Amino acid sequence: MAEFTLPQHSKVKKGKIHPSPEGAERTKTFHVYRWSPDDEDNPRMDSYTIDLDECGPMVLDALIKIKGEQDQTVTFRRSCREGICGSCSMNIDGTNTLACLKPIDEVKGDVTVTPLPHMPVIKDLVPDLSHAYAQLQSIEPWLKTDTPAPENGERLQSPKEREELDGMWECVLCFSCTTACPSYWWNGDKYLGPAVLLQAYRWIADSRDESTGERLDALEDPFRLYRCHTIMNCTKTCPKGLNPGKAIAKIKKLQLERH
Amino acid sequence: MSKISSPSLRSPLGRAKGLGSSRSGVSHWWLQRLTAMGMIPLVLYCLISFIMLADADLNTARAWIQHPFNSVAMILLLAVGFYHASLGLQVVIEDYISTKTRRILTLAFTKMVMTAFAVMSIYSILLITLANGV
Repeated sequence: MAEFTLPQHSKVKKGKIHPSPEGAERTKTFHVYRWSPDDEDNPRMDSYTIDLDECGPMVLDALIKIKGEQDQTVTFRRSCREGICGSCSMNIDGTNTLACLKPIDEVKGDVTVTPLPHMPVIKDLVPDLSHAYAQLQSIEPWLKTDTPAPENGERLQSPKEREELDGMWECVLCFSCTTACPSYWWNGDKYLGPAVLLQAYRWIADSRDESTGERLDALEDPFRLYRCHTIMNCTKTCPKGLNPGKAIAKIKKLQLERH
Repeated sequence: MSKISSPSLRSPLGRAKGLGSSRSGVSHWWLQRLTAMGMIPLVLYCLISFIMLADADLNTARAWIQHPFNSVAMILLLAVGFYHASLGLQVVIEDYISTKTRRILTLAFTKMVMTAFAVMSIYSILLITLANGV
Protein backbone atom coordinates (compact mmCIF):
# COMPACT_ATOMS: atom_id res chain seq x y z
CA MET A 1 0.00 0.00 0.00
CA ALA A 2 0.97 3.58 -0.40
CA GLU A 3 2.99 4.95 2.49
CA PHE A 4 2.21 8.50 3.48
CA THR A 5 4.78 8.93 6.23
CA LEU A 6 8.52 8.53 6.11
CA PRO A 7 9.90 5.36 7.67
CA GLN A 8 11.47 5.65 11.11
CA HIS A 9 14.91 7.30 11.12
CA SER A 10 14.28 8.97 7.74
CA LYS A 11 13.57 12.53 8.81
CA VAL A 12 16.64 14.70 8.43
CA LYS A 13 17.19 16.76 11.56
CA LYS A 14 19.25 19.83 12.37
CA GLY A 15 22.77 18.91 13.40
CA LYS A 16 25.79 20.36 15.09
CA ILE A 17 27.14 23.79 14.21
CA HIS A 18 30.89 24.19 13.81
CA PRO A 19 31.64 27.94 13.83
CA SER A 20 34.29 29.67 11.77
CA PRO A 21 37.82 29.95 13.12
CA GLU A 22 38.71 33.22 14.79
CA GLY A 23 40.03 36.01 12.60
CA ALA A 24 38.57 34.61 9.36
CA GLU A 25 37.57 37.40 7.01
CA ARG A 26 36.04 35.52 4.07
CA THR A 27 33.89 32.64 5.32
CA LYS A 28 31.52 30.13 3.75
CA THR A 29 29.15 27.76 5.51
CA PHE A 30 28.69 24.16 4.37
CA HIS A 31 25.64 22.14 5.42
CA VAL A 32 26.67 18.50 5.19
CA TYR A 33 24.39 15.43 5.35
CA ARG A 34 25.44 13.12 8.18
CA TRP A 35 24.21 9.61 8.89
CA SER A 36 25.94 6.68 10.50
CA PRO A 37 24.84 3.04 10.50
CA ASP A 38 26.50 2.59 13.89
CA ASP A 39 23.87 4.35 15.97
CA GLU A 40 20.10 4.62 15.89
CA ASP A 41 20.10 8.37 15.20
CA ASN A 42 18.25 10.08 12.37
CA PRO A 43 20.23 11.72 9.59
CA ARG A 44 21.18 15.31 10.35
CA MET A 45 22.64 18.33 8.58
CA ASP A 46 25.84 19.52 10.28
CA SER A 47 27.06 23.03 9.53
CA TYR A 48 30.71 23.93 9.09
CA THR A 49 31.94 27.48 8.52
CA ILE A 50 35.39 27.68 7.00
CA ASP A 51 37.92 30.39 6.17
CA LEU A 52 38.00 30.66 2.36
CA ASP A 53 41.41 32.35 2.45
CA GLU A 54 42.83 29.15 3.91
CA CYS A 55 41.08 26.77 1.49
CA GLY A 56 41.45 25.57 -2.11
CA PRO A 57 38.89 26.62 -4.71
CA MET A 58 36.75 23.48 -5.01
CA VAL A 59 34.04 21.99 -2.81
CA LEU A 60 36.23 18.91 -2.35
CA ASP A 61 38.99 21.16 -0.96
CA ALA A 62 36.49 22.46 1.58
CA LEU A 63 35.37 18.93 2.55
CA ILE A 64 38.97 17.81 3.00
CA LYS A 65 39.63 20.93 5.09
CA ILE A 66 36.55 20.26 7.23
CA LYS A 67 37.61 16.64 7.76
CA GLY A 68 41.18 17.66 8.53
CA GLU A 69 40.52 20.58 10.84
CA GLN A 70 36.97 20.56 12.19
CA ASP A 71 35.45 17.07 12.21
CA GLN A 72 37.36 13.91 11.40
CA THR A 73 34.19 11.82 11.33
CA VAL A 74 32.87 13.36 8.06
CA THR A 75 32.90 10.50 5.55
CA PHE A 76 33.10 10.84 1.76
CA ARG A 77 34.79 9.17 -1.21
CA ARG A 78 37.59 10.97 -3.05
CA SER A 79 40.75 10.05 -4.83
CA CYS A 80 42.21 11.93 -7.79
CA ARG A 81 40.82 15.42 -6.95
CA GLU A 82 40.87 16.32 -10.67
CA GLY A 83 37.70 14.85 -12.18
CA ILE A 84 39.16 11.68 -13.59
CA CYS A 85 38.33 8.99 -11.01
CA GLY A 86 34.63 9.73 -10.46
CA SER A 87 34.79 8.99 -6.73
CA CYS A 88 33.58 12.26 -5.21
CA SER A 89 30.20 12.44 -6.95
CA MET A 90 27.60 13.96 -4.63
CA ASN A 91 24.74 16.44 -4.65
CA ILE A 92 26.04 19.98 -4.19
CA ASP A 93 23.64 22.91 -4.05
CA GLY A 94 20.88 20.69 -5.46
CA THR A 95 22.82 19.32 -8.43
CA ASN A 96 24.72 16.06 -8.81
CA THR A 97 28.33 16.72 -9.67
CA LEU A 98 31.92 15.93 -8.77
CA ALA A 99 33.01 17.83 -5.66
CA CYS A 100 36.50 18.22 -7.12
CA LEU A 101 35.19 20.00 -10.24
CA LYS A 102 32.68 22.25 -8.46
CA PRO A 103 34.11 25.68 -7.58
CA ILE A 104 32.93 26.93 -4.20
CA ASP A 105 32.32 30.45 -5.57
CA GLU A 106 29.77 29.08 -8.07
CA VAL A 107 27.40 28.56 -5.14
CA LYS A 108 25.65 31.67 -3.87
CA GLY A 109 25.17 31.67 -0.11
CA ASP A 110 25.63 28.52 1.95
CA VAL A 111 26.62 25.26 0.30
CA THR A 112 24.38 22.23 0.90
CA VAL A 113 26.08 18.89 0.37
CA THR A 114 24.09 15.63 0.34
CA PRO A 115 24.77 12.13 -1.07
CA LEU A 116 23.70 11.16 -4.61
CA PRO A 117 19.89 11.03 -4.50
CA HIS A 118 17.78 7.90 -4.17
CA MET A 119 20.59 5.46 -3.43
CA PRO A 120 21.03 3.60 -0.16
CA VAL A 121 23.48 5.48 2.07
CA ILE A 122 26.41 3.58 3.57
CA LYS A 123 27.57 6.54 5.66
CA ASP A 124 27.35 10.34 5.37
CA LEU A 125 28.11 11.20 1.72
CA VAL A 126 28.91 7.64 0.64
CA PRO A 127 26.12 5.98 -1.37
CA ASP A 128 25.83 2.25 -2.05
CA LEU A 129 26.39 1.88 -5.81
CA SER A 130 26.54 -1.96 -5.86
CA HIS A 131 23.41 -2.29 -8.01
CA ALA A 132 24.55 0.38 -10.51
CA TYR A 133 27.96 -1.32 -10.79
CA ALA A 134 26.26 -4.70 -11.32
CA GLN A 135 24.11 -3.15 -14.04
CA LEU A 136 27.29 -1.91 -15.73
CA GLN A 137 28.72 -5.42 -15.51
CA SER A 138 25.51 -6.84 -17.00
CA ILE A 139 26.00 -4.97 -20.31
CA GLU A 140 29.46 -6.57 -20.65
CA PRO A 141 31.49 -3.40 -21.15
CA TRP A 142 34.40 -5.01 -22.95
CA LEU A 143 35.34 -5.83 -26.55
CA LYS A 144 33.60 -9.02 -27.73
CA THR A 145 34.74 -10.59 -30.99
CA ASP A 146 34.70 -13.90 -32.85
CA THR A 147 37.55 -12.92 -35.16
CA PRO A 148 40.86 -13.77 -33.50
CA ALA A 149 43.17 -10.84 -32.84
CA PRO A 150 45.53 -10.08 -35.75
CA GLU A 151 49.11 -11.35 -35.66
CA ASN A 152 50.45 -8.01 -34.50
CA GLY A 153 47.93 -8.05 -31.67
CA GLU A 154 46.15 -4.86 -32.63
CA ARG A 155 42.63 -4.48 -34.00
CA LEU A 156 42.62 -1.54 -36.36
CA GLN A 157 40.15 1.29 -36.46
CA SER A 158 40.01 4.23 -38.87
CA PRO A 159 40.33 7.73 -37.35
CA LYS A 160 36.66 8.29 -38.23
CA GLU A 161 35.60 5.06 -36.49
CA ARG A 162 37.62 6.09 -33.48
CA GLU A 163 35.88 9.48 -33.46
CA GLU A 164 32.56 7.68 -32.91
CA LEU A 165 33.71 6.94 -29.37
CA ASP A 166 34.35 10.57 -28.48
CA GLY A 167 31.97 11.83 -25.84
CA MET A 168 31.67 8.31 -24.40
CA TRP A 169 35.14 7.15 -23.40
CA GLU A 170 35.44 10.25 -21.22
CA CYS A 171 32.76 8.97 -18.80
CA VAL A 172 34.28 8.39 -15.35
CA LEU A 173 31.30 6.37 -14.06
CA CYS A 174 30.47 8.75 -11.23
CA PHE A 175 26.74 7.95 -11.69
CA SER A 176 25.74 11.62 -11.26
CA CYS A 177 23.49 11.24 -14.32
CA THR A 178 21.89 7.94 -13.30
CA THR A 179 21.03 9.22 -9.82
CA ALA A 180 19.61 12.44 -11.31
CA CYS A 181 17.12 10.50 -13.45
CA PRO A 182 13.55 10.28 -12.08
CA SER A 183 12.94 7.20 -14.18
CA TYR A 184 15.91 5.55 -12.45
CA TRP A 185 14.52 6.62 -9.07
CA TRP A 186 11.19 4.90 -9.76
CA ASN A 187 12.39 1.84 -11.68
CA GLY A 188 16.12 1.58 -11.04
CA ASP A 189 15.81 -2.11 -10.23
CA LYS A 190 15.36 -2.83 -13.95
CA TYR A 191 15.99 0.42 -15.85
CA LEU A 192 19.73 0.58 -16.62
CA GLY A 193 19.97 4.36 -16.31
CA PRO A 194 21.92 6.88 -18.40
CA ALA A 195 25.46 6.03 -17.25
CA VAL A 196 25.13 2.33 -18.09
CA LEU A 197 23.24 3.00 -21.34
CA LEU A 198 26.00 5.43 -22.41
CA GLN A 199 28.52 2.64 -21.81
CA ALA A 200 26.27 0.17 -23.65
CA TYR A 201 26.28 2.50 -26.65
CA ARG A 202 30.03 3.01 -26.34
CA TRP A 203 30.44 -0.72 -27.18
CA ILE A 204 27.64 -0.77 -29.77
CA ALA A 205 29.35 2.13 -31.56
CA ASP A 206 32.80 0.52 -31.43
CA SER A 207 33.71 -0.60 -34.98
CA ARG A 208 35.92 -3.39 -33.59
CA ASP A 209 33.12 -5.04 -31.60
CA GLU A 210 31.33 -8.00 -33.18
CA SER A 211 28.46 -8.39 -30.70
CA THR A 212 26.35 -5.40 -31.73
CA GLY A 213 23.27 -7.55 -32.37
CA GLU A 214 23.49 -9.39 -29.06
CA ARG A 215 24.04 -6.09 -27.27
CA LEU A 216 20.89 -4.63 -28.88
CA ASP A 217 18.99 -7.84 -28.02
CA ALA A 218 19.92 -7.50 -24.37
CA LEU A 219 18.79 -3.86 -24.28
CA GLU A 220 15.46 -4.29 -26.07
CA ASP A 221 13.18 -4.21 -23.09
CA PRO A 222 10.46 -1.82 -21.89
CA PHE A 223 12.33 -1.37 -18.62
CA ARG A 224 16.04 -1.73 -19.38
CA LEU A 225 16.01 0.83 -22.23
CA TYR A 226 12.57 2.31 -22.80
CA ARG A 227 12.11 3.73 -19.30
CA CYS A 228 14.10 6.66 -20.69
CA HIS A 229 11.51 9.36 -21.33
CA THR A 230 14.02 11.94 -22.57
CA ILE A 231 13.83 13.95 -19.35
CA MET A 232 17.47 14.99 -20.00
CA ASN A 233 18.45 15.49 -16.34
CA CYS A 234 21.39 13.22 -17.21
CA THR A 235 22.87 15.54 -19.80
CA LYS A 236 22.14 18.61 -17.71
CA THR A 237 23.95 17.28 -14.65
CA CYS A 238 26.98 15.49 -16.19
CA PRO A 239 30.09 17.04 -14.59
CA LYS A 240 32.13 16.00 -17.63
CA GLY A 241 29.78 17.70 -20.10
CA LEU A 242 28.79 14.44 -21.81
CA ASN A 243 25.41 13.68 -23.39
CA PRO A 244 23.99 10.33 -22.22
CA GLY A 245 20.55 11.36 -23.50
CA LYS A 246 21.88 11.44 -27.06
CA ALA A 247 23.52 8.02 -26.68
CA ILE A 248 20.21 6.56 -25.50
CA ALA A 249 18.42 8.15 -28.48
CA LYS A 250 20.98 6.51 -30.78
CA ILE A 251 20.32 3.09 -29.20
CA LYS A 252 16.57 3.59 -29.76
CA LYS A 253 17.27 4.57 -33.36
CA LEU A 254 19.30 1.39 -33.96
CA GLN A 255 16.56 -0.71 -32.34
CA LEU A 256 14.10 0.79 -34.82
CA GLU A 257 16.47 0.34 -37.75
CA ARG A 258 16.66 -3.44 -37.21
CA HIS A 259 13.01 -3.75 -36.23
CA MET B 1 4.47 -2.43 11.27
CA SER B 2 7.43 -2.90 9.02
CA LYS B 3 7.71 -6.21 7.24
CA ILE B 4 10.41 -8.53 8.50
CA SER B 5 12.29 -10.12 5.66
CA SER B 6 15.62 -11.86 5.54
CA PRO B 7 18.14 -10.04 3.36
CA SER B 8 18.69 -11.66 -0.01
CA LEU B 9 22.06 -13.30 -0.51
CA ARG B 10 21.71 -13.18 -4.29
CA SER B 11 24.68 -11.52 -5.99
CA PRO B 12 24.27 -7.95 -7.26
CA LEU B 13 24.91 -9.17 -10.84
CA GLY B 14 22.22 -11.85 -10.52
CA ARG B 15 19.80 -9.21 -9.30
CA ALA B 16 20.74 -6.77 -12.06
CA LYS B 17 20.29 -9.40 -14.79
CA GLY B 18 16.95 -10.43 -13.28
CA LEU B 19 14.61 -12.19 -15.70
CA GLY B 20 16.57 -10.94 -18.70
CA SER B 21 15.50 -8.81 -21.62
CA SER B 22 11.90 -9.21 -22.82
CA ARG B 23 13.01 -8.57 -26.44
CA SER B 24 10.13 -6.16 -26.90
CA GLY B 25 9.60 -2.46 -26.66
CA VAL B 26 10.54 -1.19 -30.15
CA SER B 27 7.01 -1.68 -31.51
CA HIS B 28 5.44 0.06 -28.56
CA TRP B 29 7.89 2.97 -28.78
CA TRP B 30 7.49 3.34 -32.55
CA LEU B 31 3.68 3.00 -32.59
CA GLN B 32 3.39 5.62 -29.86
CA ARG B 33 5.28 8.07 -32.08
CA LEU B 34 3.48 7.05 -35.31
CA THR B 35 0.05 7.46 -33.74
CA ALA B 36 1.10 10.84 -32.31
CA MET B 37 2.15 12.01 -35.78
CA GLY B 38 -1.00 10.59 -37.35
CA MET B 39 -3.19 12.44 -34.89
CA ILE B 40 -1.79 15.85 -35.82
CA PRO B 41 -3.71 16.23 -39.13
CA LEU B 42 -6.74 14.32 -37.80
CA VAL B 43 -7.09 16.48 -34.69
CA LEU B 44 -6.56 19.68 -36.69
CA TYR B 45 -9.15 18.73 -39.32
CA CYS B 46 -11.80 17.59 -36.84
CA LEU B 47 -11.19 20.47 -34.43
CA ILE B 48 -11.49 23.12 -37.13
CA SER B 49 -14.62 21.40 -38.45
CA PHE B 50 -16.19 21.29 -34.97
CA ILE B 51 -15.51 25.00 -34.48
CA MET B 52 -17.13 25.75 -37.82
CA LEU B 53 -20.11 23.57 -36.86
CA ALA B 54 -20.50 25.21 -33.45
CA ASP B 55 -23.52 27.26 -34.49
CA ALA B 56 -24.92 24.73 -36.95
CA ASP B 57 -28.29 23.03 -36.45
CA LEU B 58 -28.70 19.28 -35.88
CA ASN B 59 -29.24 18.41 -39.54
CA THR B 60 -26.14 20.26 -40.72
CA ALA B 61 -24.02 18.56 -38.05
CA ARG B 62 -25.49 15.17 -38.93
CA ALA B 63 -24.87 15.77 -42.62
CA TRP B 64 -21.26 16.66 -41.85
CA ILE B 65 -20.68 13.38 -40.01
CA GLN B 66 -22.50 11.41 -42.68
CA HIS B 67 -20.16 12.64 -45.37
CA PRO B 68 -17.88 9.65 -46.10
CA PHE B 69 -14.65 11.64 -45.78
CA ASN B 70 -15.70 13.10 -42.43
CA SER B 71 -16.93 9.84 -40.94
CA VAL B 72 -13.70 8.11 -41.97
CA ALA B 73 -11.68 10.96 -40.43
CA MET B 74 -13.69 10.72 -37.20
CA ILE B 75 -13.37 6.93 -36.97
CA LEU B 76 -9.63 7.16 -37.66
CA LEU B 77 -9.19 9.86 -35.02
CA LEU B 78 -11.05 7.80 -32.41
CA ALA B 79 -9.24 4.55 -33.25
CA VAL B 80 -5.79 6.14 -33.39
CA GLY B 81 -6.51 8.37 -30.41
CA PHE B 82 -7.66 5.61 -28.07
CA TYR B 83 -4.81 3.37 -29.20
CA HIS B 84 -2.34 6.17 -28.51
CA ALA B 85 -3.94 6.80 -25.11
CA SER B 86 -3.69 3.11 -24.30
CA LEU B 87 0.03 3.05 -25.20
CA GLY B 88 0.65 6.21 -23.18
CA LEU B 89 -1.25 5.01 -20.12
CA GLN B 90 0.75 1.80 -20.25
CA VAL B 91 3.97 3.81 -19.85
CA VAL B 92 2.52 5.82 -16.95
CA ILE B 93 1.35 2.66 -15.19
CA GLU B 94 4.68 0.90 -15.71
CA ASP B 95 6.45 3.99 -14.36
CA TYR B 96 4.45 4.45 -11.19
CA ILE B 97 2.96 1.10 -10.17
CA SER B 98 5.76 -1.10 -8.99
CA THR B 99 3.81 -3.89 -7.30
CA LYS B 100 3.95 -6.76 -9.80
CA THR B 101 0.37 -8.07 -9.55
CA ARG B 102 -1.19 -4.65 -9.27
CA ARG B 103 0.77 -3.48 -12.31
CA ILE B 104 -0.39 -6.40 -14.47
CA LEU B 105 -4.01 -6.06 -13.37
CA THR B 106 -4.07 -2.27 -13.85
CA LEU B 107 -2.56 -2.66 -17.31
CA ALA B 108 -5.15 -5.27 -18.31
CA PHE B 109 -8.02 -3.17 -16.92
CA THR B 110 -6.82 -0.01 -18.69
CA LYS B 111 -6.50 -1.80 -22.04
CA MET B 112 -10.00 -3.22 -21.70
CA VAL B 113 -11.48 0.18 -20.81
CA MET B 114 -9.66 1.87 -23.70
CA THR B 115 -10.87 -0.81 -26.13
CA ALA B 116 -14.44 -0.44 -24.86
CA PHE B 117 -14.28 3.36 -25.22
CA ALA B 118 -12.93 3.03 -28.77
CA VAL B 119 -15.65 0.55 -29.81
CA MET B 120 -18.41 2.61 -28.18
CA SER B 121 -17.37 5.85 -29.83
CA ILE B 122 -16.81 4.31 -33.25
CA TYR B 123 -20.17 2.55 -32.98
CA SER B 124 -21.77 5.93 -32.26
CA ILE B 125 -20.29 7.41 -35.42
CA LEU B 126 -21.51 4.41 -37.44
CA LEU B 127 -25.01 4.79 -36.00
CA ILE B 128 -25.18 8.35 -37.27
CA THR B 129 -23.48 7.61 -40.57
CA LEU B 130 -25.52 4.55 -41.44
CA ALA B 131 -28.87 5.99 -40.32
CA ASN B 132 -30.16 6.73 -43.81
CA GLY B 133 -32.69 9.47 -44.44
CA VAL B 134 -33.26 10.40 -40.82
